[in-house]
Amino acid sequence: MSLQKENVEHIAILARIKLTEEEKGSFTEKLSGILNWVKELDEAPTESIEPINQIANLENVMREDEIKSSLPVEKVLENAPQKSDNFIKVKQVFE
Amino acid sequence: MEKELSNITIKKASEMLESDEITSVELTKHYLERIKKYNPKINAYICILDELALKQAEESDNRRIKNQELGIMDGIPITIKDNMAMEGTITTTGSKMLENFIVPYDATVIKKIKEAGAVILGKTNMDEFAMGSSTETSHFGPTKNPWDLERVPGGSSGGSAAAVAADLCVAALGSDTGGSIRQPASLCGIIGLKPTYGTVSRYGLLAMASSLDQIGPMTKTAEDAETLLRVIAGSDELDSTSSKSEFLISKQTPNTKLQNLKLGIPKEYFAEGLDEDVKKNIEGSIETLKKQGAEIIDISLPNAKYALPCYYIIMFVEVASNLARYDGIKYGYSTNDNSQQTNNNLMETYINSRSEGFGEEVKRRIMLGTYASSAGYVDKFYAKAQKVRALVKKDFDEAFKKCDFILGPVSPTTAFKLGEKTDDPLTMYLSDIYTIAINLAGVPAMSIPAGLSNNLPVGLQIIGPQFSDAKMLELAKLIEKVRGDFKSASLS
Repeated sequence: MSLQKENVEHIAILARIKLTEEEKGSFTEKLSGILNWVKELDEAPTESIEPINQIANLENVMREDEIKSSLPVEKVLENAPQKSDNFIKVKQVFE
Repeated sequence: MEKELSNITIKKASEMLESDEITSVELTKHYLERIKKYNPKINAYICILDELALKQAEESDNRRIKNQELGIMDGIPITIKDNMAMEGTITTTGSKMLENFIVPYDATVIKKIKEAGAVILGKTNMDEFAMGSSTETSHFGPTKNPWDLERVPGGSSGGSAAAVAADLCVAALGSDTGGSIRQPASLCGIIGLKPTYGTVSRYGLLAMASSLDQIGPMTKTAEDAETLLRVIAGSDELDSTSSKSEFLISKQTPNTKLQNLKLGIPKEYFAEGLDEDVKKNIEGSIETLKKQGAEIIDISLPNAKYALPCYYIIMFVEVASNLARYDGIKYGYSTNDNSQQTNNNLMETYINSRSEGFGEEVKRRIMLGTYASSAGYVDKFYAKAQKVRALVKKDFDEAFKKCDFILGPVSPTTAFKLGEKTDDPLTMYLSDIYTIAINLAGVPAMSIPAGLSNNLPVGLQIIGPQFSDAKMLELAKLIEKVRGDFKSASLS
């Protein structure tokens, strides 16, 4: 399975990552190589197998809906690149 | 004193502290001096917490003088892989993205380590976001293998492995998603244990792949690993994947004798790709155990060949999901902090922060995970991998009906040279061939030094059924006894 540069460009947008032209070339090659290799999975005999998504054998892990103290706001904001009052500042979301 | 402290274990250090032969401050100073001397050559530590460590050591000594209650590891200097949150310190996960990230809370394991009274010497180097098998993707430069400074220590817990092997700490914590404790332990000649998934809380472990990650001990002896595991294990409300049962390490020593054990040898782990000398070493260890009375059984893990691609798909997808939080807005590297930047809009903030903050391997895996979970491909890759995971787990379930533990190699080779596998990512991925199935199945496994090949360590892997950690450690102790002393790396 080989990827084209346009596939890589599309994936990069979804992943919110920017690649230089050179990186696009090298990524296309390396990603294609890796995808070729994972193709082996197609042969695995999984016809009547249920998928598993966790191996801890746990189900419905809940807690009581009671208010507990959490991380104080000052601590949450300590690492925020931009902040104002008690808020993390973000860029305009809507045009 | 120097000689007595050489390669000291948790056990020996505890005895010396208890009998007043040494204080925690003296022991901590001893390690800080060693770190100062040798770390520049090895680069095991990203950050050395000397002031904090000495303060913790002093507090420990005070507790002892005042006859106050002591923790299991009171006064013992250890180190932590730099992907575990320690309040007030920078936790980088080996990445530029978190180069200046001062964590506002303690990971559960750190809380437990502190409660046990241990002294934390610093944070160790690792592959960026735990992605790698050589510690070469770290933003802070590679770590060198203390056995040969031109070779890798393995990864991603290479810093922790090198620190223990070079005696720059008494013991360390690492994390294992596809072999990241066991493989560096094997390459550096130390003990490395990945517990049963759910045994140790992942709260505060900066996530790589949530259904695979597990924290574990990296130590000089199996007994030390047991002590450290006892400290960090336990159910945690803050980790919804943490096991509820208090199955764990019983304080009583289970009565394990080699004569009563059936040890399974999977033929798939001794096939093509395994270095001849490593194979001889492992087979030699197995033969020794046979002579000591263990029953050796041939077994098969028929879906072993699918385990590697299955692991990589699941891991890529979980990585893409977990690393979506790094967006240049809430914490971590932000392109908007760069004084050369003008007015980035929202999308540019995301894209530039991530592109500038992440290294190549991280970007590669995020891209692959994004692709494998995108519309039109998610069934082909991710859903399929989840089914294959069930097959891999079934292989182990079936195998453990026939044997008590499985033995095999940890790594197909001994430590390779720096730069040897960095050109082609696939070559690096293939070094995980014997370790990844264990994470898929959630079973415990450990690496124990078996022998040397060209003066480089070879690790023997022991794999057990889920929740057999305590018994597995007993087997490891028996193997150590039968093997005898294992040489340590000598540093000039």
